[in-house]
Amino acid sequence: MLKVSELLKMDCFTVKNLPEGGGDREIGSIYCCDLLSIAMSKMTEAAAWVTVMSNLNTLAVASLSDVACVVLAEGVAVEEAMLQKAVQQEITVLWTELPIFDAALKIQKAFEA
Amino acid sequence: MSDSIKMTYTVSDTDFTRAGEASSDVKKRLRQMGCDPEVIRKVAIAMYEGEINMVIHANGGEIEVEITPEDITMVLKDKGPGIPDIEKAMQAGYSTAPENVRALGFGAGMGLPNMKKYSDEMNIETTVGVGTTVTMKVHQ
Ligand SMILES: Nc1ncnc2c1ncn2[C@@H]1O[C@H](COP(=O)(O)OP(=O)(O)OP(=O)(O)O)[C@@H](O)[C@H]1O
Ligand SMILES: [Mg+2]
Repeated sequence: MLKVSELLKMDCFTVKNLPEGGGDREIGSIYCCDLLSIAMSKMTEAAAWVTVMSNLNTLAVASLSDVACVVLAEGVAVEEAMLQKAVQQEITVLWTELPIFDAALKIQKAFEA
Repeated sequence: MSDSIKMTYTVSDTDFTRAGEASSDVKKRLRQMGCDPEVIRKVAIAMYEGEINMVIHANGGEIEVEITPEDITMVLKDKGPGIPDIEKAMQAGYSTAPENVRALGFGAGMGLPNMKKYSDEMNIETTVGVGTTVTMKVHQ
């Protein structure tokens, strides 16, 4: 069992938005893809979704898919409007300088630990 | 539980930032009604893809949703360019999404295949130059 709160403790991840209870969400799977309609159909509930796609549509898909958290990789820019929507939709958003694979691998290692 | 509920949503023409609001609202309502999570997931995916297609390909339109104890019916109507070749459009990977839209993460050509996969019944009526109506049903 890996909770989102475990990721928050890791140096490589920065919190962009953490709704109430967001840290307590259990991560069910780790998923990587930037194309929204592929992500939408493949992601299972409570995924930790690692992507470089940083926009409002990412959050719409995240919300409809009930992800545990969105992890924005490669140090992508996060716009204010996106943060506002994350707050409003209560979506946990983390951010990292790491590439997608490395970020997902960190989560996977924590998952296995 | 004999009542049926009807909702109508207007999908804005080019406002990507609001795309997904109608699907979100339906999802919320189904949750409140205690609907099966798998049914909710199917409706959310199918409707979001349809909603996004209306924004990207058809300058917006209108969505009617009816929820009954038996099923959820979504009718997505637009006055866009229509689909010249439905069979081709249904193929996984086929997309005419422009570059600016692809940059936002769309254009995998998986929207219509997802709609087909996640709805239990789907029908597309389309006339080039007139518009497209997609009707989808998900059984409860
Ligand atoms: N409502 C519509 N009006 C006109 N054309 C449409 C409509 N919906 C889909 N199409 C056409 O069918 C094609 C395939 O649609 P589909 O949803 O599968 O892929 P996409 O929207 O291009 O990409 P994706 O959904 O993966 O982001 C579109 O590129 C477009 O040419
Ligand atoms: Mg589409």
